[in-house]
Amino acid sequence: MGPFITHTKYPKKKNSEDKTSATRACVQRILRERFCHQRLPDRPVGLESQYKHLLELLRRTAVHGESNSVLIVGPRGAGKTMLLRCALRELLELQEVKQNVLQVHLSGLLQTDDRIALKEITRQLHLENVVGDKVFGSFAENLVFLLEALKRGDKSSSRPVFFILEEFDLFAHHKNQTLLYNLLDVSQSAQAPVAVVGLTCRLDVLELLEKRVKSRFSHRQIHLLSCMSFCQYLDAFRSELALPDDFPDSKFSQEWNLNVSELCEEKSVQEILQKHFNSCKDFRSLHLLLLLALTRVSVSNPTLRAVDILEASRMSSADSKANILHGLSVLELCLIIAMKHLNDIYEGEPFNFQMVHNEFKKFIQRKSHSIHNFEKPVVIKAFEHLLQLELIRPVDGGVCKVQREYQLMRLMLDHTQVMEALQRYPQCPTDVKQWAISAFG
Amino acid sequence: MSGYYTKLRARRTYRWEGKPTSEDRKLKRRYYGSLSIAVDRRPAEAVVSVGQYILIEGHDDDNPFVAQLLKLGDVRFMQVTHVQWFVRMCEIHQNKRKLLGRSPHPQEVFYYQDRSCDNEVDAETILGSVQVCVYKAPFPDRENKDTLFVKLVWDTKAFRIMDPELFQPPQSPKSPPPYQHAPRVRALPTPDPTVMKRAMIGVHTRSSMSTGKMGTSEAESAHSASKLSAAKVLNMKRRSRISSNPNIRKKLDLCSPSKKLTRGDVLGDILGEDQDTEEDLAKKLGSSPPRRISITIRMTPLQNPSRSSTDEECLSVQALDSPAKPTSTALDNTSRNVLGVQPLDDDVFELEPALVSKGRTPRKREATPRQPSLRAPKAEEHEDSPIQTTATPRSKRKSAQLVSFQIRKQLSRDELQSDGEDADDDCFVPAKIDLESSSDEEEEVKIDSEDELIVKRSRCTAGSKMTRTAANSRASARTPRKTPSKKAAPTTPRTPRHATPSIPTRSLPARKPENVLEEARARLHVSSVPESLPCREQEFQDIYSFVESKIMDGTGGCMYISGVPGTGKTATVHEVIRSLLQAAEQDEIPHFRFIEINGMRMTDPHQAYVQILQKLTDQKATADHAAALLEKRFSMPAPKKETTVLLVDELDLLWTRKQNVMYNLFDWPTRRHARLVVLTIANTMDLPERIMMNRVASRLGLTRMSFQPYNFKQLQQIITSRLNRVKAFEEDALQLISRKVAALSGDARRCLDICRRATEICEHSGQQGGTKLVGMSHVMEALDEMFSSSYITAIRCASLQEQLFLRAVIAEFRRLGLEEATFQQVFVQHQGLCRMEGLQPISVSEGLAVCQRLGACRLLLLEPSRLDLLLRVRLNVSQDDVLYALKAD
Repeated sequence: MGPFITHTKYPKKKNSEDKTSATRACVQRILRERFCHQRLPDRPVGLESQYKHLLELLRRTAVHGESNSVLIVGPRGAGKTMLLRCALRELLELQEVKQNVLQVHLSGLLQTDDRIALKEITRQLHLENVVGDKVFGSFAENLVFLLEALKRGDKSSSRPVFFILEEFDLFAHHKNQTLLYNLLDVSQSAQAPVAVVGLTCRLDVLELLEKRVKSRFSHRQIHLLSCMSFCQYLDAFRSELALPDDFPDSKFSQEWNLNVSELCEEKSVQEILQKHFNSCKDFRSLHLLLLLALTRVSVSNPTLRAVDILEASRMSSADSKANILHGLSVLELCLIIAMKHLNDIYEGEPFNFQMVHNEFKKFIQRKSHSIHNFEKPVVIKAFEHLLQLELIRPVDGGVCKVQREYQLMRLMLDHTQVMEALQRYPQCPTDVKQWAISAFG
Repeated sequence: MSGYYTKLRARRTYRWEGKPTSEDRKLKRRYYGSLSIAVDRRPAEAVVSVGQYILIEGHDDDNPFVAQLLKLGDVRFMQVTHVQWFVRMCEIHQNKRKLLGRSPHPQEVFYYQDRSCDNEVDAETILGSVQVCVYKAPFPDRENKDTLFVKLVWDTKAFRIMDPELFQPPQSPKSPPPYQHAPRVRALPTPDPTVMKRAMIGVHTRSSMSTGKMGTSEAESAHSASKLSAAKVLNMKRRSRISSNPNIRKKLDLCSPSKKLTRGDVLGDILGEDQDTEEDLAKKLGSSPPRRISITIRMTPLQNPSRSSTDEECLSVQALDSPAKPTSTALDNTSRNVLGVQPLDDDVFELEPALVSKGRTPRKREATPRQPSLRAPKAEEHEDSPIQTTATPRSKRKSAQLVSFQIRKQLSRDELQSDGEDADDDCFVPAKIDLESSSDEEEEVKIDSEDELIVKRSRCTAGSKMTRTAANSRASARTPRKTPSKKAAPTTPRTPRHATPSIPTRSLPARKPENVLEEARARLHVSSVPESLPCREQEFQDIYSFVESKIMDGTGGCMYISGVPGTGKTATVHEVIRSLLQAAEQDEIPHFRFIEINGMRMTDPHQAYVQILQKLTDQKATADHAAALLEKRFSMPAPKKETTVLLVDELDLLWTRKQNVMYNLFDWPTRRHARLVVLTIANTMDLPERIMMNRVASRLGLTRMSFQPYNFKQLQQIITSRLNRVKAFEEDALQLISRKVAALSGDARRCLDICRRATEICEHSGQQGGTKLVGMSHVMEALDEMFSSSYITAIRCASLQEQLFLRAVIAEFRRLGLEEATFQQVFVQHQGLCRMEGLQPISVSEGLAVCQRLGACRLLLLEPSRLDLLLRVRLNVSQDDVLYALKAD
């Protein structure tokens, strides 16, 4: 009986193991898609009115051939692109729109001048084949070509074109703002129907526009300034982590979702989230936090725990220089402490190596027993290492032809960073610690 | 394309054959019998002599211009020839080609009668000789490439049967046939009944290719300025008349001021001119019954070349008395009366004698192709004196005005007549033959009135009144929208290489507006072309009369238009051009070309040349080459040139360090042969003084106009006129919008955009449907959305740490007493504030991230982030705003 049972048990266990690992993989895939692949939510959260406005605007261009221009303004991570893509997605579900609309996506970071932008527009409108075998001409020809193409269209018969300009503010830095002028001019005249949608995070974007360009812009701005409360943030946290209803293993998904709800109730998790919420309201930072926590979910650790989130939070809010400071030698640390004292004494004025060395020598004289008396060349070596790590930086960019010891430097560390590093430094001599704390060297 | 002939040209050398046949000491001209053209690498020299037919190089190398050589001479080493032009079908304006009524023979040319056309060309443009024959019968089938056929005369209005007298066989270049003292009547073979019919409509010859009219045409251009004011006066008078007549007022409302103006102006011309032509005719024909008469004037090469224009002026009137008498066959309706005019004195003859002395623009004459009609001798006597005493162009104009004024007085008395006067004078419709021949006379007839003959006449035209009014209403009902400038401009067929692409057409048509709000929104869109441009009547008038007078005179000029964005500058100019094109289509003014360039639509100021050239001739060239070609085009006395109206939008962007683009643009109109009218638009009123060098500003001249920003009443009127009785707005709401915009910028675009936004808000707020009006609340919301600053909202919506950081910035500023601090300094403050608020202090990295986020929104101004702790921070908002936004929490 016994062997029989074990015989039947083994494959079953293996089966369930297979199944659980498959489930884990599925969880990872779904959530990672949500966190890093910018998968669109079903509806934009908290932006209903803006969404409606944008959708209506684009719909009118697509259906009625009415030209429009609009700016979507909001801080980074506020969901500008998400909003636009949601609107486009919904719009393109209409058969009538799908067959008609042409889209041109430009980004100010990619199309750094009008010349490139024009080429890109021509390419995306599939107009380059009309040019025929001719190699695409000069910038001037390009512009004339494109404008003529747009001019020949009219409101009722040509297909509407959506021009989507990401990082709109960067287009305003192009020479004469030629591209913006022409796009907005088309949107204000009886030519091919266009919708010019600009996305930017700059609130003062209109001040960048030249007066003629500004006059042609319709002054519609959709602001994405979320006034989210912490409760909403918690809800978002819950829904972001929740598994969908159509998850294959319904039992697991129920467990998972229950666990997530419990996490939200937990005090420590709430504290972490509150801290995050205080520092940054947008979803992108939340996604980053959740992704870090998600990486700790494994077969042995099937659900998300509070400690995972704590660890993720610690990682995401860690100071970037802390790790470098951990790797320094005691001598280098001493030099940094000397520099900190110099900063205190001279109120942030720059220092040179000689000053730091003097300061260090004074400390050695007082506490000669605690630290080895290093030769000057060794100290210089340590100083240069700090320079290479960019923990100190020359004042004039290192151009000046002064002897190295007398070159003026600045410390790129804040006091808090230095003290933090000392606290965590393994086996740091007590004298050094005391020297750092004491107000007078 | 252009490279071809410039290369060719370099290889040709020109030399006079033989000795000068005559000499004019006064004008320092010598005339020769023939000219030999030696082409490199070709042994034989081609010799062209007076009377021969020649090819003259033009813009199109495949079809060089054809002309008959009338005179060869040199003026101060410049070889000049006088020619009689022939035109090919392709040179005729597209709209007129259909008048031929058949497809032209490929080798066919037309005898060209157009006074406005310069018949003086540079001898160095002669390419060689060509064979031209007159054909009456159908064209021969055989294709002889070298022979061209002449059959008809083209006088820019209609095709007529070629009078063989006009055509001098090249065999006898030096011995022109003796003048015919008595008019001969010829039974000409009619090639085609329709052609004949048309030919009869326009049968009268106004133009001749007489030489030496340069002097007069120059005098005319000098008077263009005074003409401008004259046109205005006429127009004003006309308006006052129209306002007294409610029926007409409706038709001639603001939407088509062009009509008023041109009609008024042209009418004056017509009358003034018809008097003269009719005078002599009437004298000759006595009391013959009304019928169509054509005066065809013989054309002979001039015997005495040393004729000055001054001769001509005194001669012309005398020429009236030439013994031309109609024979009995002239009574035949289809026959034509040929008047051989006897030139007086030194063999100089003037074909239409009275006209030249008037010193009016030749252009105008052809713009009014009236059939000379009969007039009572009484009338002629009373008009005679002013004409004979006044030899200068100005006074002639006055007399024309006088007459037109009389007519106007007459017309205001007689409403019915004024209705007829409004009929457009489209002389190409055969059905209107009678009316055309009479529409002017009728009015004159009223002045003289009470003549039996006239009564009879008006009775016979009464029958055609129906057609006329119908035609009239058709013409005036036409909105400007239907005559886009593109269509009217003659376009040469494009080669496939230049084929311009367009956005593909949509598979489903755009939906039409469904409810009142959507309708209103469509009408309020800036792009929708309004039926009229309200509140810019004065500006419209000024620009219109400026351009029109230049077109009429065939001269050039510059105008500078300034105004802040959104005040209707470009729209007004386009409206003017639209009206002018419409007028040109109805032959009220000569045809012209309209070209538009925009400083913003080019990548480099020098591209302006390329674009102008491209639009003028459809050639492609580099900027330098295009500049050279344009320079040549505008300075060379090219034949058959029509006036070019060039609109330069966003002029300030054409600024270059040497300002040569601007210089050229303003210099070309001053050239004698340029016929270029340049309208420039920019935003700043004092642009010429600020950025232009003296020599550029001087050429631009002082014809300036500035568009003031709209005030609230005007804005309100604009919206109301656009809405055009679509009831979508509450009255107060409109007023609020217009007042708000007027107070801020006076930008009409802004105003319309706000209106559109308000309709949207209204639509969304009340989904229950029904007839909902846009009210105050909707407008307020739209205004808020567009004008309120978003900074305060942005600060309120920022995260807690971001708000703290802003407070830290202010605290640090206060501590330092400066408006600038480094991140490190602010961060220290920030840490302190965190502790005060009981928050966990954030790390430096997080602090920097907070700072960068604020910087991205431009609440803070930051240095590049590579400076790390040392980057300097400034506020982009006022401290009060920040504190206000933070306090309200």
